[in-house]
Amino acid sequence: MPVEKFYYDNKIVKSFAYATVFWGIIGMTVGLLAALQLVFPWFNLNMAATTFGRVRPVHTNAVIFAFVGNGIFTGVYYSLQRLCKARMFSDRLSWIHFWVWQSIIVAAAVTLLAGFTTGKEYAELEWPIDILITLVWVVFGINMFGTIIKRRERHLYVAIWFFIGTWVTVAMLHIVNSVELPISFMKSYSWYAGVQDALVQWWYGHNAVAFFLTTPYLGIMYYFVPKAANRPVYSYRLSIIHFWALIFLYIWAGPHHLLYTALPDWAQSLGTVFSLMLILPSWGGMLNGLLTLRGAWDKVREEPVLKFFVVALTCYGMSTFEGPILSLKNVNAISHFTDWTVAHVHVGALGWNGFLTFGMLYWLIPRIFKTELHSKKLAGTHFWIGTLGIIIYAIPMYWAGFEHALMMKDMTPEGNTANQFVTMTKAIWPLHLFRAVGGVLYLSGVFIMLYNFTKTIKKGSFMANEESSAPALEKVYVPTHKSHWHSWIERKPLKMLVLSLIVVAIGGIIELVPTFLIKSNVPTLSSVKPYTPLELEGRDIYIREGCYNCHSQMVRPFRSEVARYGEYSKAGEYVYDHPFQWGSKRTGPDLSREGTARLKRGNDWHYLHFWNPRDMSAGSIMPRYTWLFSRNIDTGMIPKKIRAMRTLGVPYPKGYDQEAVKDLLIQANGIRVDLKTGPSKITIEPTKEVLALIAYLQRLGKDVETAVKSGATTTPNK
Amino acid sequence: MKFINYLERITNIGIFPLISLIIFFTFFVLVTVYVYRTPKKTMDQRGHLPLEQ
Repeated sequence: MPVEKFYYDNKIVKSFAYATVFWGIIGMTVGLLAALQLVFPWFNLNMAATTFGRVRPVHTNAVIFAFVGNGIFTGVYYSLQRLCKARMFSDRLSWIHFWVWQSIIVAAAVTLLAGFTTGKEYAELEWPIDILITLVWVVFGINMFGTIIKRRERHLYVAIWFFIGTWVTVAMLHIVNSVELPISFMKSYSWYAGVQDALVQWWYGHNAVAFFLTTPYLGIMYYFVPKAANRPVYSYRLSIIHFWALIFLYIWAGPHHLLYTALPDWAQSLGTVFSLMLILPSWGGMLNGLLTLRGAWDKVREEPVLKFFVVALTCYGMSTFEGPILSLKNVNAISHFTDWTVAHVHVGALGWNGFLTFGMLYWLIPRIFKTELHSKKLAGTHFWIGTLGIIIYAIPMYWAGFEHALMMKDMTPEGNTANQFVTMTKAIWPLHLFRAVGGVLYLSGVFIMLYNFTKTIKKGSFMANEESSAPALEKVYVPTHKSHWHSWIERKPLKMLVLSLIVVAIGGIIELVPTFLIKSNVPTLSSVKPYTPLELEGRDIYIREGCYNCHSQMVRPFRSEVARYGEYSKAGEYVYDHPFQWGSKRTGPDLSREGTARLKRGNDWHYLHFWNPRDMSAGSIMPRYTWLFSRNIDTGMIPKKIRAMRTLGVPYPKGYDQEAVKDLLIQANGIRVDLKTGPSKITIEPTKEVLALIAYLQRLGKDVETAVKSGATTTPNK
Repeated sequence: MKFINYLERITNIGIFPLISLIIFFTFFVLVTVYVYRTPKKTMDQRGHLPLEQ
């Protein structure tokens, strides 16, 4: 075949690389703000938009989808063209992809700070943005597959398989988890409720880690580590087994986020077993990456790119060893709801994703600018300051996790809990301060990189279109040796796509379907009734303010938790919760029994606590919620909300939407009168938002209390 | 929720995870057999793909 001349598109790579650095700085700065808010509450600035509950989702979404997302696209757009020996399928699609993705990020940041959220971790974006994400993902897919189809290299290198697996699985996860019922332009309710919602959410949440933070980065690793070390991957055979085993096993592991919760036992065990098995492909991949450097370790001393890759792979190894360990029930009993999880994810995010991104950028930027890196020494400084940042971040968080768990479980000889929640908050305060210091170090490294790149770019000349040449593919393939079935798949991208989808769908279906279809998985509690309109409104405010970022609503069946909060949680008590609000971290105490006689506090206590938590609980780090005292409940939306809940199966009587506002005002007025006649003689209009939130908190746990009193619930969930 | 819980039980639900385990195990064995039966030269060529440009 004649040799064809063509040009790689470096402009799109450059734009994604710039976006990666830009959003990295934004995402990490917001993370630093969130870290400081947990140490000094005045960093919440007493404004709705800058409160921890809204800032934390901006941090997580910015780091995952903006920093790592743009990092993925930088790596894919650079490596895919070269591995396929072809320019991207369509420049127009590339740019649509770029600009729509950046617009989504901006829209996400603005809407999350404005309080528009679905209340599901890492999937907080509201439905119009969800649709936009779906569309841009399709654009990316067409562009990727178009490039693969017009390639000039017969064999699809393993990095491309990881990209294909990523694309198809993220599409599936995003669509399934985002099924929601819109009730207005920026408000929707999750279609699923309670246990089912939790299962779908953590099936999604865990696999967002797997298929957004891991598989595409493994593709990047399989391309850039051999490039930087100038030697092929240690074992191509191992990479094939790595790919299939990893995508098959990963999809099952989600329920390990829900151990000891109200999720049925069989689903929890399934999550644990598959998480344990995951260690094999994960370590296979890590070793494959590290051993690629065999015989080149001398280069690691001199080459900052390789230094970053070595630490990235080490952190990948550490977090994929720790992950399965954390999915053991006895370990999870300690780690869950504490800073241990935060440490775990940050070893992954800062070490694996961050350092692999930095390594890739240090390798790539000088190449597309046809020059050398401005200063290897500065890159080395970035490496050391970043590594130190990770250590100073992670160690205090592990320590805080252990300390919190141990204090949580500490009981007095009389059988009471030994520590008040706020005592634990105070105990880990210095560790949170250290964590912020670790964050500052890590972020300063990124600024050093920015400076280094600015200097490099200034002295180089950008090669927008990089010339290359390769013979076109023969129309008819004649294998050079006896062909195997897998070689056939490796040449057929669409078959690869379908097979990957089948592999990941099997896990998803087996995990989700039984919980949805078998009634015995969610035993009903007759005492559980739908929320009153005021409580429903309060719940929406709870979601809007991101309370789930710090408070769980899940009492695990441990002596220490039952002694602290009351009856452990049952699957049946969440059947009307669209979305579920179990939370994943207890920066503050669990709230699911807040309204029960045992924990009940007066309306005036809640009122004053929302005004300034430290007035009621010295040492509390909760933000003030002063705007709830001036904002009015949007009663115009109430009928719509009741109708939506009825559509979702919540048994409000027919026509109740027309009476709901009346009931809401009566209940709110009751709280108003109680506040007025209470010891603090508080005067407030009955339409203020704070009353709805108080009503919601006072409701939490009451249905279960009734069930326990009547003896309706005595057996644990199976 | 309306569309859930309309089946009281699925017959032999226990077979679900078993089927998937068998599928995974078979696939895993087939892939392993494949990678070890493919000539080293072919594997080496594929491993060198990123270094070609």
